[in-house]
This record gives sequence, structure tokens and C-alpha cells, in this order.
Amino acid sequence: MKNRSLSFWLFLTPTLVALALVVFIPMLEGLFYSFTNWDGLSFTKMVGFKNYIELLHDKAFGNAFWFTVAFVVVTVILLNVIGLGLALLVTQKFKGSSFLRAVFFMPNMIGGLILGFIWQFIFSQGFDALGSALHVTWLQNWLTNESTGFWGLVIVTVWQMSGYIMIIYIAYLQNIPNEVIEAAEIDGASAWQRFTRITFPMIAPAFTVCMFLTLSNGFKIYDQNLSLTNGGPYNSTQMLAMDIVNTAYNANNFALAEAKAIIFFLIVAAISLVQVFYNRKREVDL
Amino acid sequence: MKTRQKTIIGIVGILIGLLWLFPFYMIGTNSFKTPKGIFASVLSLPHPVTTDNYVNSFKALSFLGSLTNSLIITICSVLLIILCSSMAAYALQRNKSKLSGALLLLFISSMLIPFQSVMIPLTANFGGVHMLNMWGLMFMYLGFDCSLSIFLYQGTLSSIPIAMDEAAEMEGASRWQIYFKIILPMLSPMTVTVAILNIIAIWNDYLLPSLVLPQVQYTIPLQMFNFFGEYTKQWHLALAGITLSIIPVILFYLFAQKWIIKGVTDGAVK
Repeated sequence: MKNRSLSFWLFLTPTLVALALVVFIPMLEGLFYSFTNWDGLSFTKMVGFKNYIELLHDKAFGNAFWFTVAFVVVTVILLNVIGLGLALLVTQKFKGSSFLRAVFFMPNMIGGLILGFIWQFIFSQGFDALGSALHVTWLQNWLTNESTGFWGLVIVTVWQMSGYIMIIYIAYLQNIPNEVIEAAEIDGASAWQRFTRITFPMIAPAFTVCMFLTLSNGFKIYDQNLSLTNGGPYNSTQMLAMDIVNTAYNANNFALAEAKAIIFFLIVAAISLVQVFYNRKREVDL
Repeated sequence: MKTRQKTIIGIVGILIGLLWLFPFYMIGTNSFKTPKGIFASVLSLPHPVTTDNYVNSFKALSFLGSLTNSLIITICSVLLIILCSSMAAYALQRNKSKLSGALLLLFISSMLIPFQSVMIPLTANFGGVHMLNMWGLMFMYLGFDCSLSIFLYQGTLSSIPIAMDEAAEMEGASRWQIYFKIILPMLSPMTVTVAILNIIAIWNDYLLPSLVLPQVQYTIPLQMFNFFGEYTKQWHLALAGITLSIIPVILFYLFAQKWIIKGVTDGAVK
């Protein structure tokens, strides 16, 4: 199919038109609007970098940024450790291991919004009840302060996504030839040695994939945030994605929201690119 | 020693599994309790058992209506994505040129753009031409989700020999006939993967539909959000609503588990 032929372009038209109208044109418009005083409908003048300067002094944005960074660091570590742990567990041959796989993956089928509501009940009612039964105060009022709200979000995300990460690690674990492990076993390598010297290096590509997914996903989280804490109390648990939505649709500050959205794009894109580039290089070295 | 080790691993596995299932136990059991019953003890089994919560939340959620909306939007969007992205991947893969390479790069680079960066102009534009409805939404899903789908199809197409196309061409088949009669059927394993990934994402999506859909076209997540706002802290109703809304997903998961796991693996690993 040559690219001068009509059918070549007819086959491509629907997706190219959709991609342009849905992603690229709005992206360029957004970039432009971030330098204006746009109110969602029209604008009267160009304001240069005013929105970006305002954003630097915006306390909500700064707070959301650091909250999100902390959240991403913690969840990337936990998700990869727990995801790999679960993968190692269910790849041991024992009765019920395939049932367990299904159980660990199940939360992924349910949307983040509903997961947040489920856990809102557990944190506000279940933890409270457990706390008063055991006379432990730190179990009570989980969603009403910043630090426990943070851990609440971490728990929901880990419960939801570690099954997904597990599935990816399983795919790579199953690619390790059995003979290699058996040979090491015969040579007298301990379980720990087998893991650190063979399994771990052989699943290095899985890290590239899982790091990429957990990192970029962490920055983009919105639904769980909305339904679990709604950013409260006093916006202290508001993450970047939510701050942008609220700046636009609740505070009606569309131009500022666009500037935040552009910065958000730069952060997410930079992390994705650097991360893929770095991991590719590391894989080659191994 | 070996069998003892296996038993220990099995027990540890089951304990972690129970921990994972615990949230489902909490919402399941409490959804059958009266408000008093929830207040008395959230951890115990329901006593007395009531099904009123389900009857009431079924009505308050307009469950059948929102289920229908969710089904229409998910099925139509996924069919559109499958058809259009397999066509695009076919065109790009069978014509190895600089232009095709550049177009593929364009598709892939769009995956770097987070939704929040485009949502405000996007909804303003579509609002301007009165497309803030489920048809507009389906078109938006095509734009957002075609890149990954094209990428996945493109990989599979490279393993279908071009001699197949050429033989059909000799017999006088047109491009469209080749695509519909030969290529699309041969792509079906990848189509399952593409369908699964998109079904999960679109069925559960909240933010985009919340910006696009009018209230009569609300999907299950949107109804759920509204419902929560209205019945804040009426946990007996809220929990029955949650349980109702996840039943279709659990049924789908039980039915299609094998393909779901395979689809998710392919989607992430390829």
C-alpha cells in the first residue's frame, strides 16, 4: 500500500482526524491560552508569562506538587516490592495459586472512583470500630488529617495496582528457563543466591515496564483522590491532577489552570522519557 | 521438607488473599444491614438481614438506565477503536516509508500527553459544536485510545506474511476486501487484547464522561458519584449501590478471566 494511494489515506483518516481533534489541537490551544487571560470562552489579551509566575506563588499547586511527588516515591517502591513479592508467591506451584492470582488482580477491574468509595467506608467506619475495640487512637479518623489521608491513598493504590504489576512480573518470571534455576540448585546455591544472582537480573526488563507504569500512573491519579478524600481536609491531600481540575472548573480560573496543565505535561513527559532512556541503557549493560 | 515448605507457602498465600478480599467482605456484608446494624458492628455478619437497601439504591441510582448507558458507550467505543486502529495499523505496517514512520511516531508521542493537559480546550471545542454527548464521547475515546491500539496491532501485523496480501491481490481482491476478509480475522487474538484493555478503561472512566455527558446519559461511575453526594453518610444505601455497580464487572471478570489476564500481559509487555 503506497502512501500516494487513496486507500492508504482512507485507512488512516479516522484515527488521524480523531487524534488531531482530541489530542494535538487542544494541546496547542492550551499552550496558547496559557499565555492569555482566557476565561474558558474568550480572551482579551496576551499576558506573557503572568500565569506561570502566578503558579509559582500558588500555594495549592506547590502543596499538590510535593504531595504528589511523595505519593509517587512511596507507591513506586511499594508497588514494585509487593508486586514482585506476589508474583514470586503465586509462581510457586501450590494448590490455589491460580485462584490467588485472580484475587490479587480483581481490584484492577473496578474503577478508581468506586474503589475510593469502598475504602472511604473502611477507613471511616471499619478502622474507627477496630480502633475503639482495641483502644488504639491512631486507627481513628483516618481521612480527616493530611498524613493518614496520604497513607489512605497509598493503601488504596497499592491494593488496586499491585495485582497488575504482579501480572507483568509473572510474564517475565515464566520466561526464565527452568534448567538455569535447576543447575544453580544442583551447584548448591541458596534460595536467596538464586534470587539475587539469577532471577533478579533476568527480569530486569520487567522493571523498565513496571517503573514506567507506576511512575507515570502515580502522577496522573485523580479518581481515587476525588472519591477517597476529595482533597480534604483543606486541600491538604489534593494531588496535581485534581488541583488542575479544581482550578479550572471550581475556581473558574481557566488560564491559570492551562498553565498548570502545561507544567503537568512537561513533568509527566520528562519523567517518562528520562526513565525509559535510563532503563534501556541499564538493560544493555547487564 | 519439600511438602512442608509448600504447605507453609500455601498458608501464607491464603492469608494474604484473605487480606485482599477483606474490603469486599466489608461492603458485601454491611450492604445487607440496617443503619443501626452498621452502627452496632461493622465487622460482624448482618443480623437482621435486609434487602431494602438494594431496592432503594437500585431506584436512586436509576441502575438500569445507567447500566444501559455504560454498555452502549463502552461497546460502541471499543468497536470503533478496534476497526479504526486496525485499519490504520494495516496501512502503516504495509507501507514502510519515512512518512509511515513519522505518523507512527506521532501516534506514540501522543501517549506522553496526560488527559488533564488537553481537557479544558477539548471540552470547550466540543461544546462549541454541540458534541458534548455520548457520540462526542465515543469519538474522544477513539482519539485517546487509538495510539496504544495501533501500536499493538502494528506489532502483530509484522508477523502476518505480506505474501497473503499479494496472493489475494492477484485474485483481484481490493484493499478493503483484503483487509476485511484476510487481515482483520487474522488479527483476532490481538483484537481480544485491544478490546479487554479498552473495555476496562472506558467502563471505569469518570473524569472525561463527567465533563462531557448530560445527566440523561450518565454512566455507572457518574451516577455513583452523584448518588454519594446526595446520600452522604447513609452508608447502608451507599454500600448496596457500590455492590450493585461492581456486580457487572465481577461477572465479566469471572467469565473472561483467562483473556483478561492475557490481554493485560500483552498490553504491558509488548
